[in-house]
Amino acid sequence: MARVVVDVMPKPEILDPQGKAVAGALPRLGFTGVTEVRQGKRFELEVDDSVDDATLAKIAESFLANPVIEDWSVRRVEP
Amino acid sequence: MTSVSVIDSVSQAATTPDTPQPYRELGLAEDEYARIREILGRRPTEAELAMYSVMWSEHCSYKSSKVHLKYFGETTTEEMRAKMLAGIGENAGVVDIGDGWAVTFKAESHNHPSYVEPYQGAATGVGGIVRDIMAMGARPLAVLDSLRFGPADAPDTRRVLPGVVAGVGGYGNCLGLPNVGGEVVFDRTYAGNPLVNALCVGAMRAEDLHLAHASGVGNKIILFGASTGLDGIGGVSVLASESFDGDESAAGRKKLPSVQVGDPFTEKVLIECCLELFGRGIVVGIQDLGGAGLSCATSELASAGDGGMHIDLDRVPLRATGMTPAEILSSESQERMCAVVKPSDVDEFLAVCAKWDVQATEIGVVTDGDRLVIDWHGETVVDVPPRTVAHEGPVYQRPVQRPEKQDTLRANGSAALTRPSGAAELEQTLLRMIASPNLASRSWVTQQYDHYVRGNTVLAQPADTGVVRIDEETGRGVAIATDCNGRFCELDPYQGAQLALAESYRNVVVSGAEPVAVTNCLNFGAATDPGVMWQFQQAVRGLADGCVALGIPVTGGNVSFYNQTGDTAILPTPVIGVLGVLDDVRRRIPTGIGAEAGETLLLLGETADELDGSEWAHVVHGHLGGTPPKVDLAREKLLGEILIAGSRDGMISAAHDLSEGGLAQAAVETCLIGETGARIILDPDQDPFVQLFAESAGRVLVAVPRTEEPRFTEMCTARGLPWRKTGVVDAESGSLEIQGVTTLSLEKLRQAWEGTLPRLFD
Repeated sequence: MARVVVDVMPKPEILDPQGKAVAGALPRLGFTGVTEVRQGKRFELEVDDSVDDATLAKIAESFLANPVIEDWSVRRVEP
Repeated sequence: MTSVSVIDSVSQAATTPDTPQPYRELGLAEDEYARIREILGRRPTEAELAMYSVMWSEHCSYKSSKVHLKYFGETTTEEMRAKMLAGIGENAGVVDIGDGWAVTFKAESHNHPSYVEPYQGAATGVGGIVRDIMAMGARPLAVLDSLRFGPADAPDTRRVLPGVVAGVGGYGNCLGLPNVGGEVVFDRTYAGNPLVNALCVGAMRAEDLHLAHASGVGNKIILFGASTGLDGIGGVSVLASESFDGDESAAGRKKLPSVQVGDPFTEKVLIECCLELFGRGIVVGIQDLGGAGLSCATSELASAGDGGMHIDLDRVPLRATGMTPAEILSSESQERMCAVVKPSDVDEFLAVCAKWDVQATEIGVVTDGDRLVIDWHGETVVDVPPRTVAHEGPVYQRPVQRPEKQDTLRANGSAALTRPSGAAELEQTLLRMIASPNLASRSWVTQQYDHYVRGNTVLAQPADTGVVRIDEETGRGVAIATDCNGRFCELDPYQGAQLALAESYRNVVVSGAEPVAVTNCLNFGAATDPGVMWQFQQAVRGLADGCVALGIPVTGGNVSFYNQTGDTAILPTPVIGVLGVLDDVRRRIPTGIGAEAGETLLLLGETADELDGSEWAHVVHGHLGGTPPKVDLAREKLLGEILIAGSRDGMISAAHDLSEGGLAQAAVETCLIGETGARIILDPDQDPFVQLFAESAGRVLVAVPRTEEPRFTEMCTARGLPWRKTGVVDAESGSLEIQGVTTLSLEKLRQAWEGTLPRLFD
């Protein structure tokens, strides 16, 4: 068993309205100095040892992320 | 890469005439590139090449359609133009609807982006058409969406449809605009090329009309709204890769997606901000930024004005680093507008924008002379006559040829198809038809849209037409419908376009509204295919001639070519929108029966054995061939006059247009929408199958209170409109009885009609 983390982020050139909303809210709440916010999502998968990297990449690309507008990365972390 | 030496300036271009340029990759033909060199007297800079390539694209220049679209102008008479305040060529058509109100409406396609990324493609389609309406000075009031997908059970339709529907709903709902109508149609020709046509309607006081032009030397150009990023620049990224060969950023740039992500909340404040700017009278000219972004906005504003323009591109607020001038000019970042403002009003303009938290930047000035000049990092990167970019692009007389297969198609009528006979088969056919994807209830789709936000929606789906109140005191409002039967257009594009016009017109008049204007969204296959150009030419002529017959003008439209999968073009799909006026929306006629006890059902118009291209032939036999139903526009007009008069005098309690699926479909819908049973009595002298399923045009099923029946039928007879008493409303029965054929409980009908789309898409 291993824990796999998949991070999905909007592509850098694509508008991120959620990140923009957070960035806009920070100064209103008194937090200064944050110049940009991008918001993505993180998946944590518990997988059998039989699942290879190619399968994980396929899961991320075909299902967890929308590759037209999002980038993704997969990494195995210590359980 | 930021060093000055890489800037491809005008002076640089003049001294390096032989630098190879990727014009082909940008979609320009060799002779088009040669013409640009001839206009400029030198090679274009990268930025100029980017501008010309996007502005001379089919989408922006209408280069293949222009010669045909002229026919609209040639056929529109002064009388038809009487109520038109702005027409073809402006951001959207505007008509005077009385009481000092003007209404503007337009449809636009966002087909290709919606296939690549269904949610964002559809969402930004809505955003774009709403900005077109804002650019006329109007407050957007409602949207409609006309959608076409591949077969309902195809796997890719499951990917595309839910995304498109969620995108239309997501953007429109967040903007606070009701969605009051449209269509959802399935056909295999749309499988690799769905159609997403969005229509927006807006209103303003007639004196507040704003047109897009930059006049007055010294006036300032202000860009306001969202920042400019790298989204949607698609093909223009080849420029970056060409010029920065070997640079690391170049490889990345090559893969830039051509999709954009929109932000409806930014657009919402932009709407309110624009309306306040208009209200204060500090806008000389305004233009939205849609396809081709700043290239389009600056060249169109300058071209339509009386001077030149100077733009300082360094001032454009950017969202990405290291953008080139070509990228900034081509970016299709959403939620941006460009205004021309008098110098004395600039401070007030900026203050209003600041109040709404809308970023606004002075990026240039209207100049003496006739050049559009754009500077970047102290060098001139664009110096062009704006008319050559915006309005004097290439014009093609593409070959037009009636396809050979047309005769075979026309000869292959539906007469040989096996028809149901006997009560049991007719009942079975009826149940199968109402559950088929093109006839089944659209509520799975439409319930994802907000119909009633703003509180002025009078009619919305599943009514034939959307009705929106504009003046809350007088009750003046508009009715709007879109329609197109692509199968009829395939059989005969001229007649098919007229049938689409007739049906849209009929949908408006069944609400009691008086039609005043027409818009269109003409979706066709490849302009390079002579057969497709023939369909296009025929459809344009059919529509224009039809408008003359009905006496209402086409006020604007949109053309989308190259809708095809491989070599297979979509069915020719000229979606027609008709706008009507109700002096008081309280007299609108609903679609469902049961408003009053004891209503009589009358069928207005005549039913002929017209089943070629019908939904029945499609559903039961998968057949398309023959001759579409005949169209009689004088009859449609008469039908309209009778319905409007009947509505004024309170003689009609419900009305529903007959179209796909014929009388059977109309009867089922009027019962289910009104949640009331009815008894239909067929004409003993005509084949019951033909009466139930033929798709003859010019027919409406109306319910009239029994007390009004003599007066109404006398009016029809006196004016020469055929009518037949075809049944009664039966509130007690809870079922639809078609005498001698079947009696079906409303519950059973509802299960069949409403079950299909949830089963396919949930």
